[in-house]
Amino acid sequence: MELLAQQLINGLFIGSVYGLFAVGYTLVFGVLDILNLAHPAIFTLGGLVALWLVEGAHFSIWAAFPSAVLFAGLLGLILDRIAFFPIRRRADSNFSGLISSIAMAILFESAAFALFGARTVRFPANTVTNRVWQVAGVTITSLQVEIVLTAILFMVGLTQLLKRTRVGKAIRAVAENDRAARLLGIHVDRIIAFTFFLSSAMGGAAGILFGLYFDALSPDMGRSIEIKGLAVIILGGMGSIPGAILGGLAFGLTEVLTVAITGTSNLRDAVAFTMLFAILIFRPSGFLGRRSMREA
Amino acid sequence: MEFVTHLLAVYGSLLNFIGIQSLLALSLYITLSAGQLSLGNAAFAGIGGYVSGVLSLHYGLSYILALIAGSASAGVVALVIGLPVLRLRGVFLAMATLAFGEVVRIAAVNLTITGGAQGLVGIPNRTKGWMIYLVLAVVCYVVARLRGSRVGWSFATIREDETAAATLGIHTTYYKTLAFVMGAVIAGLAGGMYAHLTFIISPGEFGFSAAVQLLIYNIVGGTRTWPGPILGTVLLIILPEVLRGIGVAAGALRMAVNGLVLLLVILFLPNGLASLFQGGSRQTPKVAPLPREEA
Repeated sequence: MELLAQQLINGLFIGSVYGLFAVGYTLVFGVLDILNLAHPAIFTLGGLVALWLVEGAHFSIWAAFPSAVLFAGLLGLILDRIAFFPIRRRADSNFSGLISSIAMAILFESAAFALFGARTVRFPANTVTNRVWQVAGVTITSLQVEIVLTAILFMVGLTQLLKRTRVGKAIRAVAENDRAARLLGIHVDRIIAFTFFLSSAMGGAAGILFGLYFDALSPDMGRSIEIKGLAVIILGGMGSIPGAILGGLAFGLTEVLTVAITGTSNLRDAVAFTMLFAILIFRPSGFLGRRSMREA
Repeated sequence: MEFVTHLLAVYGSLLNFIGIQSLLALSLYITLSAGQLSLGNAAFAGIGGYVSGVLSLHYGLSYILALIAGSASAGVVALVIGLPVLRLRGVFLAMATLAFGEVVRIAAVNLTITGGAQGLVGIPNRTKGWMIYLVLAVVCYVVARLRGSRVGWSFATIREDETAAATLGIHTTYYKTLAFVMGAVIAGLAGGMYAHLTFIISPGEFGFSAAVQLLIYNIVGGTRTWPGPILGTVLLIILPEVLRGIGVAAGALRMAVNGLVLLLVILFLPNGLASLFQGGSRQTPKVAPLPREEA
């Protein structure tokens, strides 16, 4: 019983990182209807740059985290400018956008290889002071609490930004209908650029938290979360922010529960992807999906 | 003649690899020609490779029969998953096929008969270079004949506008499934030949990166005509070798060149490098009827 509770807690922590990653993924999809496959590469670079700031430039993690998040956001602006802006008017922009994001993912990943080498690196041992608490037989570390709080902060912040601010309203307007938004005097291209900034900043933040949690970073770490992120946003409904958050938690819990029930980690991914496949076939709009456009 | 044998001795394995990858690229080309973005063709190659590999390794089946069995199993699986999956469009189809591909890969990792994560070791080496190119020639012929046939026109119509195709009386479900299954059969065949070429196959070779690589070959070469995917495959496999020849170190830079080629093609040559050779028939990218926003 205690083991199960421990597993559930662990699932919650890793699920909140998945959620944070997926929120950025789904935000771009919601606004542009483009699957941005460079998102995992920005996730990787966010984590690696934070590590470099801590190790190379001797920042404390509290300074390195926001700097690296900002850096990831700027990468998002570059990504939009190079890969998405030039093809925005094409009739097949969601297909060519997918391709150009793959190209950017390869370029970002090769940059990560060139700058940081192919090896796995980790944050210095005393980057975060890690206290360990025992609550009713369940072990919780202060790092886990910090991770989940940071993730929640970002996700709540984004939701509020979209709901209450003027720029958030503009983002929603562009997502709904970019032509109407343009006619109403919204700078659509600027709003899209800002969306990429937000999305990539959250992807970078997820990368840093992921690196801290697993204590391992490598230039190809984005690949491990790339497909899981897709599973999460489909689970929650493409373009839905609360869906991505809940989907992330559900995915994290499914992973640990599969391990707990089967006793091995072999089937962990299989269950998740079978679930994903089933959702696409039986309920393609996901659990909180807002449109039916994906189906013929 | 001596020159040719020398060339084959040095570059034989590279040529074989190009042949197999060209087959796989063409398998995706067929599916793409009906407008269906599949990321499952690497998995179909995996099914073909494992089924034929296991049959000839553990059950002593002859090479030809093993290949047929592998290719047919890929086709049957495509038929079964195609019917529900092909209701999805665009990126959703891509993601469903991607999820399917991951399930196949994970199955290969976890099953005993497939040799798990280490892979299937000791597959008899039966595939010869000329066989690959013979099959490639046949597939090219079939694909070339497809264009202008009833099936080819149906594929093209569905790609341009599925709703319009349906109103024209084209049985869209039938033709979409046909394109999907044809692609899977060819991918399965290529996978089987690959398995009997390399002695060992492992699950990682048929994963997400492999599926994306096939898409890259198609985009770089062009998806409007059948030589396009082959052109893309040859170029992207030869390019790293040439770079090595002129002293560019392996690793990051070569990877970056790969990405750069893809980016430049999608930005400036949306119909691929093949469109450079077609002069007059080159199509300009379609532009949405909306004026550019003033800065």
